[in-house]
Amino acid sequence: MIYFILILFLMILMIAAAIYSVYQKDLMYATIGTGIVSLALSILFYLLQAPDVALTEAAIGAALTTIIFVIAIRNTIRYEGDD
Amino acid sequence: MKKILIILLLAGLGFYIATTYTGIGFGEPHFKHGVKDTYLKQTVQSLHVANTVTAIVVNFRGFDTLGEVTVLFLAVTALGSILYKKRHEVGVRSVLFSSSSIVTAGSKLLFPAIILLGAYVFIHGHLTPGGGFQGGVIIATGFLLMLLAYRNYSVSHIILSIVESIAGITFAGIGLLGLIYGETFLQNFLPVGVLNNVFSGGIIPIIYIAVGFKVAAELTGVIYTILHEKGESNG
Repeated sequence: MIYFILILFLMILMIAAAIYSVYQKDLMYATIGTGIVSLALSILFYLLQAPDVALTEAAIGAALTTIIFVIAIRNTIRYEGDD
Repeated sequence: MKKILIILLLAGLGFYIATTYTGIGFGEPHFKHGVKDTYLKQTVQSLHVANTVTAIVVNFRGFDTLGEVTVLFLAVTALGSILYKKRHEVGVRSVLFSSSSIVTAGSKLLFPAIILLGAYVFIHGHLTPGGGFQGGVIIATGFLLMLLAYRNYSVSHIILSIVESIAGITFAGIGLLGLIYGETFLQNFLPVGVLNNVFSGGIIPIIYIAVGFKVAAELTGVIYTILHEKGESNG
């Protein structure tokens, strides 16, 4: 029972973070939102008995992609629609 | 009009995906037989590898893994060729934030631990979850931490390219040795050892160590190149 509650919580968190990062105008916050999606997805993979995929998702999705987006935003524009 | 078209397209796509997935029938009896049992049995009995995912990725479909490594190499090469000119002109790292003494001291403390974790993940890839790609990315994250904390921390591109080339040649060379001593490309020709030992699984640990070094060198190069790319608007 607690297992299903945890999975449900993670799925709702993922959807909420994804919607947040779509509607957020500050791109830095949107990037953090996609990072939260990746982190929740990696925990979900771990709970669903796929630890290999969970490691990949945590390393690439949550760490590397987020930091590359942060560097790109730092070098271009931070707010959506102020070019 | 455009929105209606998009909604219709998405509805059609969703309908086809839904019908396909209901047609598969997860949990049905036809999943009980098939190729899965062969893989599970072969992995433990003839290869003596504890982690089935690693055995499939490196041994049963090792040629695909070589293709994946090549794709990553091509992506890194393309990125380097795009950013190459500017890196020579500027040479100054774009600073994300000025790091405090806590960040610098903490990074110095954490860096060896992260490198050790990455090496553990790819050396023990055939025993525990993980493998070459994951371990390589973890090592690259450690280098990223040092690059963010110290402004004058630098990585030699020559050493990175040498490491990457040696790792790639090792992978392809082991595949060719399998062609010579066995029958097919990347066939296992070494003794398989005892289950749950570090020295088991034949060529699998060697290939994953090579892949780990290769991925770590490539991604460190990517991060280093991107951090040295200076922005034009406010960088």
